[in-house]
Amino acid sequence: MKDIANIMEIQDFSFTYPKAENPSLKNINLPIKENHITALIGPSGCGKSTLLRAMNRIHDLYPGCHYEGAIKLKNQDGSIGNILDIKKENDFIALRQRVGMIFQKPTPFPMTIYENIAYGLRIAGIKNKNDLEEIIVKSLQDAALWNEVKDRLHQDARGLSGGQQQRLCITRVVALKPDLMLFDEPTSALDPISTLAIEEMILGLKEKYSIAIVTHNMQQASRISDYTAFMYLGDLVEFNDTDVMFTNPKEQQTNNYITGKFG
Amino acid sequence: MEKIFARLSQVSASLVFVVLVSTLVTLYISAKPAIEEFGAKFLIDARWGVDVPIEPPSSDHKPAQQASQSSVSNAHLDNGTNAGDEDDGINVGDDDDGINVGGDGVVSNAPHKEVFGGAVAIVGTVFSTIIALLFAVPLAMGIAIFLSEIAAPAISKPVGIAIELLAAIPSIIYGMWGLFYFGPFIASIFGGHSVSLLVAGLVLGVMVIPFMAALSRDAINTTPDVLKEAAYAVGATKFEVIKDVVFPYAKAGIIGSIIISLGRALGETMAVAFVIGGVFEFAKSVTDPTNSIPVVLANNFSESSGLSLASLFYLSLILFVVSFIVIFTAKHYFLRRGK
Ligand SMILES: Nc1ncnc2c1ncn2[C@@H]1O[C@H](COP(=O)(O)OP(=O)(O)OP(=O)(O)O)[C@@H](O)[C@H]1O
Ligand SMILES: [Mg+2]
Repeated sequence: MKDIANIMEIQDFSFTYPKAENPSLKNINLPIKENHITALIGPSGCGKSTLLRAMNRIHDLYPGCHYEGAIKLKNQDGSIGNILDIKKENDFIALRQRVGMIFQKPTPFPMTIYENIAYGLRIAGIKNKNDLEEIIVKSLQDAALWNEVKDRLHQDARGLSGGQQQRLCITRVVALKPDLMLFDEPTSALDPISTLAIEEMILGLKEKYSIAIVTHNMQQASRISDYTAFMYLGDLVEFNDTDVMFTNPKEQQTNNYITGKFG
Repeated sequence: MEKIFARLSQVSASLVFVVLVSTLVTLYISAKPAIEEFGAKFLIDARWGVDVPIEPPSSDHKPAQQASQSSVSNAHLDNGTNAGDEDDGINVGDDDDGINVGGDGVVSNAPHKEVFGGAVAIVGTVFSTIIALLFAVPLAMGIAIFLSEIAAPAISKPVGIAIELLAAIPSIIYGMWGLFYFGPFIASIFGGHSVSLLVAGLVLGVMVIPFMAALSRDAINTTPDVLKEAAYAVGATKFEVIKDVVFPYAKAGIIGSIIISLGRALGETMAVAFVIGGVFEFAKSVTDPTNSIPVVLANNFSESSGLSLASLFYLSLILFVVSFIVIFTAKHYFLRRGK
């Protein structure tokens, strides 16, 4: 494996849901590489979403989660902090602005298309109207969404198609210029054409951003990711270059899963 | 089978219109004598069951509004139903005889007729409802948000059940509570009378809070978790998520809950009858007693006949139309804007 800097490093990480008896994740060690796409694959219930949701600590919206180990995130100045140490609300907000998240179902806020993007920007402190306008237009153009929405910027975002909504949600996160973007099965609710559009979008993003994506779709993982992690029953079974993973995996279990023998 | 079912549902649906239209028509027919006698002046005339000479010398006659007020208060004094009495809390049955039957106090040899006007009741209804909403909406929203977004399940479950129980209390109980405890309490804080427009509005508010809170909570609970998570994921605080995502998402349901409560407040009778005072006088301040349409209806039907009965029907027709217009416009205006 080439030597590439990690934006995030998950170390001996275990996670237990509130009131659950057994941990849902056990001793996970996983790097997330800078400016690359890391795919998380594995059968349903193996803990992919759980792991992803630990990376911006969205779990903490529901009290009683139990973490062990460390999740180290590289700061812009090169220093490294353990996000599991975060306790104050302000630090959570800062973390979530740096580690953006896109969900399985499109989640347009109940406001206009323009406001959907402006919302996070305002929270991040960009209040000037011209600055906002400029960033919003630029992000929509980058997302190849501009032509589709330029005449309806001030209409409710929920009027867009599912695929457009999902691209808007991605745009909304990209506009915040996060260090790491987390995607949890972003295309599983969409048609094949919208899926392709989003895959293209994600591929385009890796120039500037680091990305982790959960997917059930093997082809998708092999099409867009550089690294793949295979999880099974709360364990990380194998982490490898995507090319290697899909042609010559180290572990028998990985091979069985990829070739469709189970899962 | 299929056809019978379709037919049956058609019949039940058309029943709604039949009831609506027939209510309106019967109200109109019963109110007709009063409508013909008083016309639209009924809406601004504050006199109720007051004898006036049929052909008054025009020089003596003051403009309608002022004249009516003074004559009403005179009538009260004559019958011994001034505001002082109501404080004792035995107003409900008492004032009717005094005020409406009308003739006994004012004796006159000249030819005279009884005049009825709905202004006091209309104004009282509108203002008690406004007070109720001003009081109830913020509190109910606070409760709804607390229950759905802030409180832990261990707290929100029992409190939620308590709220639903509150909503089930019959209104007469609120009335008694208002009369004997809440009214004197309010009077001790704000001064004035222990039965008043303010007390009526607040009791109405207390009554509709459980409805509003429970319905708004249900509406707020429909906000998908993942939508809230998405807002947190761009850095929003809890307050921002509630304000910018949860509220707009649940807007239609929240407005619906307010409209339902508004309808209930407009037509509420028993609780208000206990605490509004039931006098045909405008409240000069919110702590004065006054009257409301449903209370006038309930207090006077048994002793009314002829023109006074028709006047009551006229009032109920007004209540019907007002409720209908308020709810229709509120629904139309807010729900369309909500989209
Ligand atoms: N809120 C929760 N409380 C308790 N246990 C949970 C909770 N959410 C998930 N789990 C459990 O944690 C384990 C991992 O779930 P997770 O959602 O991470 O799986 P996944 O790999 O994302 O599956 P899928 O592919 O179906 O999305 C499962 O066994 C699940 O039952
Ligand atoms: Mg999942």
